[in-house]
Amino acid sequence: MTQTEGDPIIRFEGVSKRFGDFEVLKSIDFEARQGERIVVCGPSGSGKSTLIRCINGLEPHDAGTITVEGVTLGRGKAAPARVRNGVGMVFQQFNLFPHLTVLQNLTLGPIRARKLTQAQARETAMRYLERVRIPEQADKYPRQLSGGQQQRVAIARSLCMEPRIMLFDEPTSALDPEMISEVLDVMVELAGTGMTMIVVTHEMGFARKVADRMVFMDHGQIVETAPPEAFFTAPRSQRCRDFLNKILNH
Amino acid sequence: MRNVLLFALLALVLAGCSSGNWGWYVVNPQTKTGWTNITFLLSGLKYTLLLSLTAICISVTLGLLVALPGLSSRRWLRMASRTYVELVRAVPILVMILWVYYGLPTLTGLAIGVFWAGVIALALSDSAFEAEIFRAGIQSVAKGQYEAAYSVSLNYVDTMRYVILPQAIRRILPALGNQLVYMLKMSSLVSVIGMQELTRKANELVVTEYRPLEIYTVLVLEYLVLILIVSAGVRWLERRLQADERG
Ligand SMILES: Nc1ncnc2c1ncn2[C@@H]1O[C@H](COP(=O)(O)OP(=O)(O)OP(=O)(O)O)[C@@H](O)[C@H]1O
Ligand SMILES: [Mg+2]
Repeated sequence: MTQTEGDPIIRFEGVSKRFGDFEVLKSIDFEARQGERIVVCGPSGSGKSTLIRCINGLEPHDAGTITVEGVTLGRGKAAPARVRNGVGMVFQQFNLFPHLTVLQNLTLGPIRARKLTQAQARETAMRYLERVRIPEQADKYPRQLSGGQQQRVAIARSLCMEPRIMLFDEPTSALDPEMISEVLDVMVELAGTGMTMIVVTHEMGFARKVADRMVFMDHGQIVETAPPEAFFTAPRSQRCRDFLNKILNH
Repeated sequence: MRNVLLFALLALVLAGCSSGNWGWYVVNPQTKTGWTNITFLLSGLKYTLLLSLTAICISVTLGLLVALPGLSSRRWLRMASRTYVELVRAVPILVMILWVYYGLPTLTGLAIGVFWAGVIALALSDSAFEAEIFRAGIQSVAKGQYEAAYSVSLNYVDTMRYVILPQAIRRILPALGNQLVYMLKMSSLVSVIGMQELTRKANELVVTEYRPLEIYTVLVLEYLVLILIVSAGVRWLERRLQADERG
């Protein structure tokens, strides 16, 4: 159960997941080491979201074994609090709590789940709001912010839980083009802190800059995994080449 | 809507007066008898309010407690919730009042007063509707809200309390307001078991004065004013919550 040096922080062994008759993940083997930054890409419907949602138990898997920070997740049920506390998640649609202010969005989890006091939670929240460069928006409601600001609040909200792993599911796909870079900048900075990051994105510029490893998925399988240089210059599989051609050529 | 109601009432009263059948003296606050009658009629207000408000508090709580298992992923919990709603909804309110007042004490061996019998009957009847309102309200909250709550490690109770219900309640507030209005009206049925609320008072006065037109017109007015005030209150609350959200 305990974590020893060099063990992967996340390990999938033969993980499968189906929605009814449809097999979304087909016996996936996958590992991430402490501090590794992995970018996952692939065509729509290939199972990228499902893969990362299995890591924090948001989608329980049906078969195989998932181990996160030495804890094995149960099949067909939510992850234990120990795992959830260590794994932050950022969604395509931000999913901020619309009835709460930015500050309340950031302190809710720390107060209720990490049992911080109001003052401690507030202090942590302000620290991370500075980090995503919008401390002045603390008392606003999410709807009063731009998309880019909302997503940065969502990132700060996750960071306030002091996770050791951060999952990003297409964090810039719902944003207007001019706001994408402000979110990516924050993510690049986060990558510099040694956080373990799994990022589903089609932002290949970001991938080249921060990824230690690229993962290409298609039809519920990991088709190819390679360091970015090799991945972009010499993809081995035809499916990966086709995919890269499509997204890099416009 | 409000204007139409007032107009209709005015027309009714005028028609009564002009036909020569309207006995103003019965409820004229300037005469001694009239004033006594009016205060007698109004003395039921306290019980109408107490009964309705107590019943609505209980039925909202009960409705929520019935709605939550109805949204569970476990089939038997959903079935239990569904069964409760269907059964309770099928019983006419008057029948529920009679059953709770005359039947329940025999079943449980505990005597209950008129007031609590009324509260229990009204709350039970209403709870099925409250459950349906809550179910719809909770289902209207986006799935992403649960996922965000999950990802900041909130447990089920905290997720409901801090994330889902505050959003759901804002949306169902108009419906909850309607239920309160409905409850105020339904409370008149408790008069049949002798609860001294507005309708019962009017009935008693009609027996002694034998002036149903005047007395029941006042009764209509009492409910009308009460309900207009409550509706205005609900709308005020709605606006305030919306303003809250806008910040
Ligand atoms: N809750 C669900 N019920 C049924 N099918 C689902 C569910 N969630 C996902 N799927 C299906 O599983 C497949 C993979 O979904 P997933 O969201 O993991 O793909 P993705 O690679 O993230 O795609 P995208 O790029 O569109 O986000 C899709 O075909 C999707 O329709
Ligand atoms: Mg996806």
